[in-house]
Amino acid sequence: MMTSLAQAPAETTAYMIAGYAVIFGMMLIYVISLFVRRRNLQQDAELLESLQEKEQPR
Amino acid sequence: MDAKPKLLTALDSITVILLAIATLMVFFYAPMEAVMGQVQRVFYFHVAAGWVGMLGFLVAAIAGIAYLRSGNRRWDIVGLSAVEIGMVFALINIVTGSIWARPIWNTWWTWDPRLTTATIMELIYAAYLLLRQGIEDPDRRARFGAVYAIVGFLSVPLTFFSARLFRTIHPVVIGTNQPGATGDFDMTPLMLQTFMVSLLAFSFVFADLLWHRIRLGRLADRVEQLKLKTVE
Repeated sequence: MMTSLAQAPAETTAYMIAGYAVIFGMMLIYVISLFVRRRNLQQDAELLESLQEKEQPR
Repeated sequence: MDAKPKLLTALDSITVILLAIATLMVFFYAPMEAVMGQVQRVFYFHVAAGWVGMLGFLVAAIAGIAYLRSGNRRWDIVGLSAVEIGMVFALINIVTGSIWARPIWNTWWTWDPRLTTATIMELIYAAYLLLRQGIEDPDRRARFGAVYAIVGFLSVPLTFFSARLFRTIHPVVIGTNQPGATGDFDMTPLMLQTFMVSLLAFSFVFADLLWHRIRLGRLADRVEQLKLKTVE
């Protein structure tokens, strides 16, 4: 009986999926963190500006 | 309020398109490696993330020099932004390397020179962020950040060349492998094209994120000044 000398590649699909989940997951988390921080800072800036406007007429 | 520049919106679109093309090439254009199988596909974005990490630290060092020469706080914002992005991508590089190593080296982690220097580099910049937070005076903080980013950058070439200078099992993509390297492979033309597109896409990701992060830094600076005025 003939046997094939060529070996099939290792079955590593789960590791590839895990790798790309980490890559896109971490990038997404960072983008969301930029968005959330910007939104919070904009709210802070608006609040501080309105406080200063209220104080000015006195 | 600081309106978003049209050029930034265009850069956002180009970056998303390039990243989508690179992703499609990784999964559908590049052939499967004959020995490692599917996990080899992690290589394209693993190296690209490492490139962005090192690019971030290089930009931070340049911004540090620019700050020390000019005293302009804008350079401090650039440096901080570049370090933050560099850290995110260096961490992606380390974690994906660990995931690749599990089936190829049969271990999640080993204290190989490349892995060790990459971890030290990441920790050096983590300390940069932590130590900055402990300094109240903005000018002192900026001066400290500039000097730290310049000195800390020494860890970047050390990490890059560690796989070439020391005895290591980490494969080298460009240049000659050490005799003990495990998991190396010859890139076919299709693999090389995918690799180059991935590097280009991640370079755009870096530029895009840096611009967004600098805008965030400027806004944070403005809020800090408004707070000081309100307290007065």
